[in-house]
Amino acid sequence: MPPKIGFPMTLTYFTQFPLWKTFFTELGFEFVTSQPTNKLILNNGIKETVTDACIPIKLFHGHVIALKNKVDYIFIPRMVNIDKEKHITFCPKFLGLPDMIRASISNLPPILEVSLDKKNQGKLFLYKACRLLGRQLGKPYNKVFQAYLKAVRFQKKFEDFLVSKKITPVEAIDYFFRNKGNGIKKVINRGNSLKNDENDLNIAVVGYPYQIYDSYVSADIINFLRKRNVRVWTLEMIPSSLLKRYARRLPKKLFWHFSNKVVWASYHFIEQPFIDGIIHVSAFGCGPDAMVGKLVELECKERKFPFLNITIDEHTGEAGIVTRIEAFIDMLRYRRTA
Amino acid sequence: MKISFPHMGISYIAFKHLLEELGYEVIVPPNPTKRTLTYGVKYAPEFACMPFKILLGNYIEVLEKGAEILITSGGVGPCRAGLYGVVHEKILKDIGYEFSMIVLEPPLENFRDFSKRVLVLKQKGIRWTSFLHEVKNAWMKLKLLDKVEQTVNKVRARELNKGQTTKVFNEVLKMIDEARSREEIFKVQKEAIDLLNSVPQDFSREPLKVGIIGEIYVVLEPHVNFDIERFLGERDVYVDRSIYITDYVRFAVWDKKGEDHIKKAAQPYLKQMIGGHGIQSVGETVLYALNGYDGVIQLAPFTCIPEIVSKSILAKVSRDLDIPVLTINIDEQTGEAGVQTRLEAFIDLIKQKKYAKEHAKEKEKGRLYESVYGY
Ligand code: SF4
Ligand code: SF4
Repeated sequence: MPPKIGFPMTLTYFTQFPLWKTFFTELGFEFVTSQPTNKLILNNGIKETVTDACIPIKLFHGHVIALKNKVDYIFIPRMVNIDKEKHITFCPKFLGLPDMIRASISNLPPILEVSLDKKNQGKLFLYKACRLLGRQLGKPYNKVFQAYLKAVRFQKKFEDFLVSKKITPVEAIDYFFRNKGNGIKKVINRGNSLKNDENDLNIAVVGYPYQIYDSYVSADIINFLRKRNVRVWTLEMIPSSLLKRYARRLPKKLFWHFSNKVVWASYHFIEQPFIDGIIHVSAFGCGPDAMVGKLVELECKERKFPFLNITIDEHTGEAGIVTRIEAFIDMLRYRRTA
Repeated sequence: MKISFPHMGISYIAFKHLLEELGYEVIVPPNPTKRTLTYGVKYAPEFACMPFKILLGNYIEVLEKGAEILITSGGVGPCRAGLYGVVHEKILKDIGYEFSMIVLEPPLENFRDFSKRVLVLKQKGIRWTSFLHEVKNAWMKLKLLDKVEQTVNKVRARELNKGQTTKVFNEVLKMIDEARSREEIFKVQKEAIDLLNSVPQDFSREPLKVGIIGEIYVVLEPHVNFDIERFLGERDVYVDRSIYITDYVRFAVWDKKGEDHIKKAAQPYLKQMIGGHGIQSVGETVLYALNGYDGVIQLAPFTCIPEIVSKSILAKVSRDLDIPVLTINIDEQTGEAGVQTRLEAFIDLIKQKKYAKEHAKEKEKGRLYESVYGY
């Protein structure tokens, strides 16, 4: 049996899973993830972390615990800098992630750790990271190189797919890797026929991918909206070249990769005439979001654009959130007819 | 033009000096109080960090007094402090205040930009030479203030009459504030330290040694950290503060390598710079442990991202190196009484630990004595 590499199903999972899945599978490993977030994972995570950590970090600990006894390695990429600007890094908690895990969870299988750091390693940072991983795992260079090429190509295809089909990463991952049959076809078809279907509202849901696509922590907001005839837009559906144009709007760029994307996407959506409103999903206890949320809120206020912020913590039940979202939808529909 | 800036410990004395000599009417920011925080909490996002809220409240207070220009520092992250200026400005303008904000970015990143902004401060009619002269004076004052605080901590742990050091400290601050010319500053430099050292002390006492680490703002601002240095000092604890403002400026502005030994000390536990004082907190705790300190106190604003990371890691450092670490989270709900009880309990803990260690040493000596002399 090939050795198993475990990847926690949160944080970078939603944006990078195809890349790593392809890479490690090509190298002959079995690449598995934890289960989607559930109550047990959340509770385990809460137990192992300091109380004022944000929910996503608690969840990450929970996912690592879920994988702990099932795999030979746990893969934790250290996301440092992948943007063109060297000041844009990831949130400090991403930067210290492997160290935090090591300090707080005992009896772990070996951690496969690698830094993605364009600032210090230059343009080929991803290749260098892969090469390092290959070396740690004792794989020959040429094989690693091939796996790298394949992985990068596939990742690109995945990202383009999100943009062209207007679907979420979760759906795309299901489509490519989990063969969920007809259900997915339907979703994709819906993406294709965006112009003429029965949905009458367009709402942009902005937030970190590990917040909005994790249906357990986001109260499954995307499907909730869709069931109410809302077409949902997220930032992965915007071509990245378009997104970057909004970078100049702020006098100063934010320092965090995902936060920047959220702000830029919000500016983009505000300008699209067909978008009716924005919902910002922020994480409980998230430091950067306090800044991001305020910036987006002030911008919407200035332009009189409908805006709703929901924050999800470990205790709020879905009920409260559901009511607020429903009220928001009603308000938008009313505005439409009035 | 009326000008103001953020309050950060006693550094205001130096900034006030500089701006006044440059011909501005300076509105000295009031000491942060409960009221300051209330203003901040009202307008800041809920999960903004504590320093963000206090600065915001402080700005509102000075704007109410008629400030027209606010100066603050920038930074390039990855922590939030570098964005404070941008977001503060937006929030304050949204409330309806009219003012202009000057954000000074560290010159190493973009020297052109920095000098442009500094030059905005140089009003017409002030000559170049005197501009530079005053900058130097202010820097000297800043350095003196740091030295004074260090001396205070040393003296206070051994003072004979409780509270005397603090009294002298306040006098000294007034003297420094009043010194204007270069000569006066030189004079006060010597006087201040002498005055502090003349406070009667008990040199036979070997005080406990505690290091203070954490996020810079809450470490430097006694009105926010419940004057922790004084509290500990008056309970016979020698406090070593890991951060001083001149060091901070030096590391941020020209001496990028100055902190390398701290980062190296952190290496086994944290391999990556994480912004704020995250890596320093870990590295300094290691260094304190190696230098025989009895304990470390971490001051962390609630939701402070880098401190959350270092807190998670410090638990392990504390276990590995056998040094007690107490984390104090500071937010709008933190009460002074609660913090003081915890501090007292912590002092008891490290005291006992120290005695136990000394006792073991004595015993060891006794055993050695026996083996050598045979009785
Ligand atoms: S960006 Fe926010 S939610 Fe994400 S890890 Fe950092 S603090 Fe947590
Ligand atoms: S270091 Fe902490 S307190 Fe300072 S800006 Fe960052 S999160 Fe806020």
